[in-house]
Amino acid sequence: MLWRRLLGDWDAIVLVAVGGILGANLRHAAGVVTGETLVPTLAANAVGSFALGLLLFDARADDVLTKRLRYVFGTGLLASFTTYSTFVADIALTAPVLAVVYVGASYAAGFGGVLASRRVVVATATAAIEESER
Amino acid sequence: MIEPVLVSVGGGLGAVCRYLVGQFVGERRFPWATLVVNVVGSFLLGLVVFGVSDSEIALLVGTGFCGAFTTFSSFSFQTVGLWERGDKTHALLNAAGNLAVSLAGFAGAWVLVG
Repeated sequence: MLWRRLLGDWDAIVLVAVGGILGANLRHAAGVVTGETLVPTLAANAVGSFALGLLLFDARADDVLTKRLRYVFGTGLLASFTTYSTFVADIALTAPVLAVVYVGASYAAGFGGVLASRRVVVATATAAIEESER
Repeated sequence: MIEPVLVSVGGGLGAVCRYLVGQFVGERRFPWATLVVNVVGSFLLGLVVFGVSDSEIALLVGTGFCGAFTTFSSFSFQTVGLWERGDKTHALLNAAGNLAVSLAGFAGAWVLVG
């Protein structure tokens, strides 16, 4: 039953894999290396959370992007570009005081990025509606 | 030149495995699938950090697979979603739970192989 559903999903799996390859390489290129670089990890997580918000809030608003593009860019690229495991490793391997500050900054940047993305989506949609009514 | 290949193979597999965990867990009120991938991925990264000295395996499994399997963006989006739905308790539990259990997983790997 489950396997039939998954096999029927092979096109989604290919799209997620393509996005995952792109996201992982972008993250690696951005210099996210376990235990060595806190700032690139925080930056990737913040940018990725903001961009995923744009993608998903826009999907709720008027669904410009198709489901297939969301597989590539959302589930694939952005979810893979951001990382929780390196974030956790960095915390564990850093001095306690810095670790606490780092958790606070990362969470603020991630949640703030999501909230900021919605403001952008709403503002863009509102501007489009006003434009069409003029 | 082998670096991008290792990151790609691990990253592609990690993303697909995360997608499959999501399909297996299904839609729930609480984002269990993301919690599962973040905890399992942090444990696995711990095994790599403390147990593996080979830099190519670190790139394949650590940077590639664990990095892509776990996710911060979906976690952020879901936590904000819980909070705004009025489910503040679950939002806080999700934020604290991902951190605490993932750290425990990473530390568990250190106990096992460190």
